[in-house]
Amino acid sequence: MITLFFAYLALVSIVSAVLTIALRNPVHCGLALLTLLLHVAGFFVLLNSEFLAMVQVIVYAGAILVLYLFVLMLLNLKTEERVFHQRTAVITFATVGISGLFVLMIMSSEFPSISGSVTPEVIDFVGHTKAVGITIFNDFLLQFEIIAVFLLGAIIGAIVLAKTPLAREDDSSDKS
Amino acid sequence: MIPLSYYVAVATILFVIGLAGVLIRRNFIIVFMSVEIMLNAANINLIAFASYFNSLDGQITAIFVIAIAAGEAAIGLAIIIVVFRRKIATNVDQLNLLKW
Repeated sequence: MITLFFAYLALVSIVSAVLTIALRNPVHCGLALLTLLLHVAGFFVLLNSEFLAMVQVIVYAGAILVLYLFVLMLLNLKTEERVFHQRTAVITFATVGISGLFVLMIMSSEFPSISGSVTPEVIDFVGHTKAVGITIFNDFLLQFEIIAVFLLGAIIGAIVLAKTPLAREDDSSDKS
Repeated sequence: MIPLSYYVAVATILFVIGLAGVLIRRNFIIVFMSVEIMLNAANINLIAFASYFNSLDGQITAIFVIAIAAGEAAIGLAIIIVVFRRKIATNVDQLNLLKW
C-alpha cells in the first residue's frame, strides 16, 4: 500500500514539475506548482513528519503560492510567442542525460544506516509537533533567532523595494 | 518500507527539472517557481534522510529552508515588480544592467 502511494506521489510530482516549466500560460504554471507542492506534502506524510506536511501546505501552498499568483495577476503578463530560450533542445537533452546518470548512481549506491534516538515510536508517543518544538527551542535556538532576524529584514526589504518608484513619481508630479 | 534511494532519486529528478526550468524559461516568475521546485527537492532529501536515520535535525533544517524560501519569494517578487513597473525588462535575457 505504501509502495502504491509512493508511486502515485512520485509520478504526479514529477509530471507536475515538468508541467510547471513547460506550460505557456504563467497562471497554469502556478497551478501546476500548487499540485507539486501538495504532493511533496504527501511525501512528508509518508516519511512520518506530519508537522512538516502541515507547514508545507500552509506556508508554501497557502502563502508563497498566493504571493506568486498575486504578482502574476498584478503584472498582467501576456502569454508570449517565445517562452523558451534559444538552446532549449540542448538543455532538455542534457537535463534528461544528467538526471538519468544521477538516478543510476543513486540506485546503485549504499547509504549508511545510522540510527539516532528519535525512532517513530518515540515520535508517536510524544507527538510530532511537540518533538519538533522541543528540538527547535533547545538545540536550534540560535538558528531560530537568526531566521527571525532574516524574516524581519526580508519584510523591510520587500516593502522598501516595492515602494520606492511610486514615491519618486509623486515627487516628479509635484514639481511639474 | 521503501528504500531510501527511491526518495533520493525522486528528489534528484525534481531538482534537475527545476534546474532546467531556470535555464530554459524567459519569464521572471517561472524562473522563481523553478527555484521553488529545487528547494522542494532539497526538502524531500532532508526529511527522507532524517526519517531513515531516526533523527529530527533534518526536519528542523527543512523548516528553516521553508522560511528562507518565503523570504526569498518576497524579496524576489518585489524586485520583479520594480523591474516591470519601471519597464526595464519583461524577460530574463533583457535584464543586463549589471553586465559590464
